[in-house]
Amino acid sequence: MNNSIIVVVIASGIAYGTPLLFAALGELLAERSGVLNLGVEGMMLVGAVMGFWAVQRIGGPGGTVLFLAVLVAAVAGAVVALVFAFLVITLRANQIVSGLALTIFAGAAGLSSYLGNDLGLAEAPARYAFQPVNLFGLNDLPILGPILFEQTWLVYASWAFVVLIAAYLARTRPGLNVRAVGESPQTADAMGISVTAYRYAHTLAGGALAGIGGACFSLALTPQWVDGLTGGAGWIAIALVIFAFWRPELCLVGAYFFGAFQALPFTLQARGVTVAPELFQALPYVMTVIVLVIVSSGIAKRRLGAPGALGIPFVREER
Amino acid sequence: MNIRIERRLSQPRWLSVAVPVGSLAVAFLLIALVLLATGHDPLVTYRDLFEAAFTANGALSQTLTGATPLLFTGLAAAAAFRMNLFNIGGEGQLYFGAIGASAAGLLLAGQSAPVLIVAMIAAGLAAGAAWALIPGILRAYLSTNEIITSLMLNYVAGLILTYLIFDSHSYWRDTTSPSAAVFPIGKSLPDAANWPTFGSSVVVPFGFMLGIGAATVLWALYSRTRFGFEVQVISDSPRAGRYSGMRTRRKILAVMALSGALAGLGGASQVGDFRHVLDADPKGLRAYGYGYTGIVVAALARYNPFAVVLVAVLIGGLQNAGSALQGPDFPSGLVGVMEGMILFTALGGELLVRYRVRIRRARRGAGAASSEVAG
Repeated sequence: MNNSIIVVVIASGIAYGTPLLFAALGELLAERSGVLNLGVEGMMLVGAVMGFWAVQRIGGPGGTVLFLAVLVAAVAGAVVALVFAFLVITLRANQIVSGLALTIFAGAAGLSSYLGNDLGLAEAPARYAFQPVNLFGLNDLPILGPILFEQTWLVYASWAFVVLIAAYLARTRPGLNVRAVGESPQTADAMGISVTAYRYAHTLAGGALAGIGGACFSLALTPQWVDGLTGGAGWIAIALVIFAFWRPELCLVGAYFFGAFQALPFTLQARGVTVAPELFQALPYVMTVIVLVIVSSGIAKRRLGAPGALGIPFVREER
Repeated sequence: MNIRIERRLSQPRWLSVAVPVGSLAVAFLLIALVLLATGHDPLVTYRDLFEAAFTANGALSQTLTGATPLLFTGLAAAAAFRMNLFNIGGEGQLYFGAIGASAAGLLLAGQSAPVLIVAMIAAGLAAGAAWALIPGILRAYLSTNEIITSLMLNYVAGLILTYLIFDSHSYWRDTTSPSAAVFPIGKSLPDAANWPTFGSSVVVPFGFMLGIGAATVLWALYSRTRFGFEVQVISDSPRAGRYSGMRTRRKILAVMALSGALAGLGGASQVGDFRHVLDADPKGLRAYGYGYTGIVVAALARYNPFAVVLVAVLIGGLQNAGSALQGPDFPSGLVGVMEGMILFTALGGELLVRYRVRIRRARRGAGAASSEVAG
């Protein structure tokens, strides 16, 4: 039963969806504070390359090294996000162009490739990689076993992040403040909330999560370094935030849905069914466009729409 | 000491030249630091770069080849961004232009060269415009944000391109020749569909000339016609445009179609000038991100069509030099880092055009005054 196609597709959807989930949660935090960062792909790639560097170069027992590598990836992602934050928050540059610039700067033909080259990472296979753990010894459980209890620690960590971020945005004062900053920075400013500080903090947190998302590739899914390792996952993550109506819990569902579409053609191929993979791969993008159309129609906009000030720089003197 | 940033009431003309030049200088300084930090001599690298881009034998021809697609996607982005329409779908619109132009070239095989070339140009324009009208219509009639829709459609267009060559028996796919049995490829266009070139020591592709023509038309359209004036008003103040009776929806559709058509022309030029086939393999049309780089080109040119020509040649030269020099002294990825740095400083420098930065020494004991400006 555990080899049935549905179970395999769901389990691999979770594995492939996890980097999307991390990156989307990060982008969600930035967007909720009103910053649209299109540089996710670049931040993921730098996270991936630095995480892989850490795993190759840091000494110690495997578990510790992997944990440190995830931390390094997070810091690397945040550092890249800092460049972006400085440009769009302090210097009030156009967020769209700056985000694209960040992807070009850090992306597959930029900093990530330069670092991978200069640090000589492409030569050796990974020393350690995240392996599926048999949580509570329950992986033999029918259906649920392979889906819930035979994943890597990264997957379990992503679930914790979903719960934490959902609770943060809905139940804590800073979380409510972020939403105020994203919806109406002028109002937030009048309440005495520092728009600049909140936007910096959440853009950096977004970069850190994108870095971890990138590390999901280089430390778990495809433990190695090649240029452009993430293969466009950063763009899917941006789509995912919209698909999930800017809600963390829906990001989880959406990530696995999109992940399953990525994995489905290969699963089918392995079983002798040939379908053009492009049809499945195009679905997430098409569905995101449809969701965006629904979101931008009048009634839905009030309940489900984007943060009101998304993409607009805040200039205190110009209300 | 405190720093204040104030909006300029008027922007002096010299700033719009001084700031980009200054930004470029700062960028090269910062890149020099990166090079030094990683153990490369910046002066030697810059000299090699300049030689490989412009002065070496045949380098300028290569640079123009690289600049041609960036010229079109840069104009496409400039056309849309002028109206605050953030069409970042130039990438997908370029693919569609290539699909359309190659269809025209294949369908009309046997016709004379002028007929073929005109048909390819028309088909490229139309296909690019049609793909851009999807986000355009959604924006005009359902006020759906065009940034994300045009971005998503890039991927859909890329997957359609792959599908046409790799996973279907489409009209574009070559199914007869022996090499097609080994690896899926597109049908080759007839020789008469090859666009001409000009010059011998420096080879100028027909597409590049076409791009300069397009830049001139775009400039005239935006600064010499009623249409351009209305676009400017709507971009500065949509409300003012609406109250004075301008048809905003039609302008959105027209500008998106224009932008898509320019990107589509870039796709047609890829097929007509250089590739002579619709390709979809990872080293083909999809490998270079012409559409995204075009946005960078447009931003660096501050959305001025003639400046786009200049910047396209500069960035084309940088990319050409990057691929020519790639090796231990010039690691891959350096070109992207350089492009990114140039763009960052240009975007940051934009602040100096729009705002004035005032540095004042805080008066002693002026607590009230400093809390007034802190923020």
